[in-house]
Amino acid sequence: MDSDRTNELVAAAKEGDHRAFEELVRQTYADTYTLAYRLVGDEEDARDVVQETYLRAHKGLKKFRGDAQLSTWLHRITANCANTFLGRRGRHRHDELSDDFELADDVPDRDPVFQADLGDLRSNLVAALTELPPKLRTVVVLRDIYDLSHDAIATELDISESAAKVRLHRARKRLRESLYPMGEEQAHAV
Amino acid sequence: MPSENSTGPTTAPLRTNCETFSLQLAGAVDGEELDPAAKSHFETCLRCQAELAQYKKLLRALASLRDQRLAVDDTLVNEILLALEPGGTVHRLQRLSSASRSRKAAYIGGIAAATAGAAGALVIASRLAARQRLAS
Repeated sequence: MDSDRTNELVAAAKEGDHRAFEELVRQTYADTYTLAYRLVGDEEDARDVVQETYLRAHKGLKKFRGDAQLSTWLHRITANCANTFLGRRGRHRHDELSDDFELADDVPDRDPVFQADLGDLRSNLVAALTELPPKLRTVVVLRDIYDLSHDAIATELDISESAAKVRLHRARKRLRESLYPMGEEQAHAV
Repeated sequence: MPSENSTGPTTAPLRTNCETFSLQLAGAVDGEELDPAAKSHFETCLRCQAELAQYKKLLRALASLRDQRLAVDDTLVNEILLALEPGGTVHRLQRLSSASRSRKAAYIGGIAAATAGAAGALVIASRLAARQRLAS
């Protein structure tokens, strides 16, 4: 979405223009849902997280100063809502992302060679993400896919920054080991 | 822990160091500051350099997922907007319980159909019995 248009909509929504907020919802809900699904791993749960996200965004819009992009602000709220949700769900059931969802690329092949190389790796990666425990998955999704800062992640997950980093490193290590199971032997053979 | 300065071509000390620094390697990939011992190890260890290359590929693949959107039906927008309306919490609770309500509806519908079927069978049976009595 054009950033000037977004700023106009945000300003109007802050003044109580419901149509402006509705427009913001329409522009962002698919992205918010995608993040929510990646965090909680279930369609219905993701929809609940998305609803809660927009309820909080609506309530807190006046506090949004525009220092960060709207999308980053929404990602942080989504992370916080998903974290609360996962905490509640906690021990009640095993968390697994299913990998049978449909995908739509918003930005098609910018570099065909790069995309081709990524093809297999990306599908294996989605599967490997499903295998991570939610605490590790949440951090790696927020940092390495959505580019949230360590500080923001720590704040939204209510953990220390160093704990966020340790989780991130563990998540990356597990993903690497899952994607390159022969890597160790190959490296030693060098 | 074996010293970084230990000599000889044995792999055991290297393995130990690789494992010691393995989590730092996962942070080194996006420029996180390293302690000097880890930095010096990574500069000379082929195994860790190979793993670092894998981490770089991993991070590129993860970043590429940012452009993907999962397919979601636009009824979600209506659910969000309904929840934002005055009394929206009611709409939200209704949606949350919709799955269980539809299961209940199916269950009640099934019972109703079975009851109606049984009642119909009783009526038919009683009429047949009455006809037989009249005929005899």
